[in-house]
Amino acid sequence: MTERPTNPPLLDVRNLSTHFVTSEGVFRAVEGLSFRLERGESLGLVGESGCGKSTAMLSLLRLLPAAGRIVSGQALLDGTDLFGIDESDMRAIRWHRISMIFQGAMNAFNPVRTVGDQIAEALVFHGLARDLGEAEPRVAELLEMVGISGSRRSQFPHQYSGGMRQRAMIAMALACNPQVVIADEPTTALDVMIQAQILELLERLQRELGLAVILVTHDLSVVAEICHRVLVMYGGVLAESCEVDGIFNQPMHPYTRRLLGAFPDLSRPEGKLVSIPGYPPRLNALPPGCRFAPRCTEVHERCRQEQPKPREVLPGHWVACHLHDAGAANGRT
Amino acid sequence: MIKRRGRWRERWASIVGLLGHNRMGLVGLAMLGLAIGVAILAPWIAPYDPDTTIRVTIEDIYAKPSAAHPLGTDDGGKDVFSAFVYGARVSLVVGFTASLISMLIGGSVGLIAGFYGGRLGNLLMRLTDIFLVIPDLPLMIVIVAMVGPSLWNIIIVIGILGWTGTARIVRSQALSLKERQFVLRARAIGAGNFHILRRHIFPLVLPLIITNTVLVISLSILEESTLSFLGLGDPTTLSWGGMLNFAFTRGAISSGAWWALVAPGLGIVWVVLSCTLLGNALEEAFNPRLQSHHLQGEERMIARPAQPEASDT
Amino acid sequence: MAEPDAAAPSLPTHGNGVLLSVDGLCKHFPLPRGFIGTLTNRPAEAVHAIDGISFELQRGEIMALVGESGCGKTTTALTLMGLLEADEGTIRFNGEDVTHLGKRGEAPRATIAALERQSFRREPSFQPTLTMKGLRRQVQMVFQDPYESLNPRATVYETVAEPLEVHGLAGTREQLLERVRHALADAGLNPAEDYLWRRPHELSGGQRQRVVIAGALILEPILLIADEPVSMLDVSIRAEILNLLDELRTRRGISVLCITHDLGTAAYFTDRIAVMYLGRIVESGPTRAVLAHPLHPYTQALLSVIPVPNPRLRRKRMILTGETPNPVHLPSGCRFHPRCPIAKTHCAEADPIWREVTPGHWTACHEAVAPG
Repeated sequence: MTERPTNPPLLDVRNLSTHFVTSEGVFRAVEGLSFRLERGESLGLVGESGCGKSTAMLSLLRLLPAAGRIVSGQALLDGTDLFGIDESDMRAIRWHRISMIFQGAMNAFNPVRTVGDQIAEALVFHGLARDLGEAEPRVAELLEMVGISGSRRSQFPHQYSGGMRQRAMIAMALACNPQVVIADEPTTALDVMIQAQILELLERLQRELGLAVILVTHDLSVVAEICHRVLVMYGGVLAESCEVDGIFNQPMHPYTRRLLGAFPDLSRPEGKLVSIPGYPPRLNALPPGCRFAPRCTEVHERCRQEQPKPREVLPGHWVACHLHDAGAANGRT
Repeated sequence: MIKRRGRWRERWASIVGLLGHNRMGLVGLAMLGLAIGVAILAPWIAPYDPDTTIRVTIEDIYAKPSAAHPLGTDDGGKDVFSAFVYGARVSLVVGFTASLISMLIGGSVGLIAGFYGGRLGNLLMRLTDIFLVIPDLPLMIVIVAMVGPSLWNIIIVIGILGWTGTARIVRSQALSLKERQFVLRARAIGAGNFHILRRHIFPLVLPLIITNTVLVISLSILEESTLSFLGLGDPTTLSWGGMLNFAFTRGAISSGAWWALVAPGLGIVWVVLSCTLLGNALEEAFNPRLQSHHLQGEERMIARPAQPEASDT
Repeated sequence: MAEPDAAAPSLPTHGNGVLLSVDGLCKHFPLPRGFIGTLTNRPAEAVHAIDGISFELQRGEIMALVGESGCGKTTTALTLMGLLEADEGTIRFNGEDVTHLGKRGEAPRATIAALERQSFRREPSFQPTLTMKGLRRQVQMVFQDPYESLNPRATVYETVAEPLEVHGLAGTREQLLERVRHALADAGLNPAEDYLWRRPHELSGGQRQRVVIAGALILEPILLIADEPVSMLDVSIRAEILNLLDELRTRRGISVLCITHDLGTAAYFTDRIAVMYLGRIVESGPTRAVLAHPLHPYTQALLSVIPVPNPRLRRKRMILTGETPNPVHLPSGCRFHPRCPIAKTHCAEADPIWREVTPGHWTACHEAVAPG
């Protein structure tokens, strides 16, 4: 896990930028985001509300709302650029090779159809079965994989508890045996114990099926539990990215450091919780320099004028911060 | 420093601002404004006073539009344009007043039924159902035929049959509002029912009432026109419906006097259309779900405590 | 029974003295029986939201009521606030029984007469609390959803001044403005002037929560019940609100009962923790003790699965199977036994007794033993 991969990554995102064009200006929701995802790897994408993490993932699947536009970048999934193909080709890839577990699984289900039917429908729609009847064995298999007993297949979403709906959502995402699964806030709104069950399930599925998982969350603690690598976003850009151990034990970006301090650590109950004063930037009125500059305690003049680019400061450890520019000690670029 | 004065200006500005996004709404507002303006300024606009008696010859009856009579004359030789302008008064007054009555009844019934609920609420809703089921027009005809066709009778009859839609909408809104967390907070502070109704429920229900009432105005005007057209209008006044009635029953069609029909007909269509446009625009403006902030989705992605599956936690 | 406390709320007192005492509190919600059920006179089932809760909150203490969904913690908060009426048990505030204050805030006649007989013991500054309205002046609530607890059409000024109006304490407009400004400043919104005329949609989540707190503070209560005060806020601003609550306790002696599902938050700033499961409190004790030596297997399981931001820490996670059962059909004996990793046969037969295992640290479990 600590070795540099020698074969090309499964997913290679380069310079992704997504904007929303609205009557209130252009929201630069994601700018210049680059990352790689290896086979079987679990990447945690962390950030708070408005940081662009969900937008970035929706961009990968090309499921943005009407006002969203991918203005630049490439997303190479096993060599295929997801942004360069047309919609019909994308449909062959979407769900077959990369799928998503949507946030708010509670609302992602059609309330008037049974859960089993909805999963079967997905299978038929993606050509894995000719009709609902033929899809049945796979539906049963999927439900069993996520720990739902087969008899519940003919129940309606409202008869499922929150945790079960989340599991059903996971089953739906795995229907076509994808290589990459994006889980968007899979445990928000769930009880702690159910959260633990779901995370354990995701871990097990990842191992057994060899999935690559992108776990989108605001909760750094969850990422510590099950991810190999972490990517921290702020204001639509990458702040820091490295292995999970590096984020927690050697955080470099000022935002990451303060964010870590905001999570209660039960193993160290005497620690003081910190907060970050100020508010996240409005994405249609961004400051010219580093997006975190207004709230940063270690800000320099350069930070306010020039946006820092992500640099590999240590092997595998990327930071976008002027404080960590190699050779930037005297303000030299 | 104390901004009390600014509030009404602020409210008006926000309404115009809301409508500004919706061109059709502004068009509707302008059309309605024109109609109201014409009605108010009738004595100054109308070239002839429809009440004065005149001496007519056969050439004056159903005379074609000319310089002296821009919209021609009617079956009695009177100027159609003047009758039209004064008729606007009657139609609009009846429409607005009847709607006001409907609004008051419907708003109260809806608020009480929704907020208090229980047996009283059920009773009120059953009453609403009864009024809904009865066919309006036949009933109006019967009542007006019984009590006599005075202006006030017509207004009242239209008013007391037009409140049901408002009542239902208001009730469902009040029902959902009373479960909102800010109402719970008000109770936690110690507020009683009256305070909650006044401060929290009513202001949030008012936009709905207004929107619905605008739509009811168009209905009321149509109903008044129908009653007048059927000969049940107040004989001492001449509304647009009445003009249509006279034109129809007194041979305008066979005389080819299209102006006697088109003018009042267009008048009715104009006002009804303006109310509909305005009403729809207001509805969109007041519907909070239509406030577009697609990025709002991202803001809500913060930890939500698990929602209880049973009725409570 | 303790004597009515004569201290006016503006004099903060720390330490000893029980402010809130709850004993055997129960609240059931009957389920509708349906037509056939009513005809056949089937016994009505009920959701046992709270089924016998007892605890004490000291003056100047911050206590957390922790539990997952379905455990009854929000019902407890609403019942304590008088927004729901208890079915059984008593609630004592400052020694006075406030369980059944009438819907219109009128205390039962007999109690008023009894109080009048005791009136000679009262100080002139005594604040009668036997009406619901009077109680509400001393106990205030902070709700969980900052996006929903404010009327979207009301300005901050109107929202914060509302409690004063409701209680008829509004003086001149100048006085009102002054008090609102103070309350906003106390809640950390500075300069207050900037916020007075804003509407909720112009405020962030954290600011809205502070407005709600300001509204709660303006009546100068001595007890704040906070229902999930930070769950819906960004993680990076939670500490501010929690620190504010802590500060209110230290500076103004306001006691806080914090309802939350997040043990991590609870651990951070509370003095005592009470863990709830299916309508009962299963463990209660000083925060340090509960975290270091949890006695009840449910608490142990919860603590073991809460994610910790430390990837090097490998713990044994006790992930319970299944979900919290339906509060309508309760398990026999100990309510937790179907999911309990250490359940024995006798756990299904008898309800465990609430007992003090180490000083101040109570639990209801047959198998719990004192550490060490």
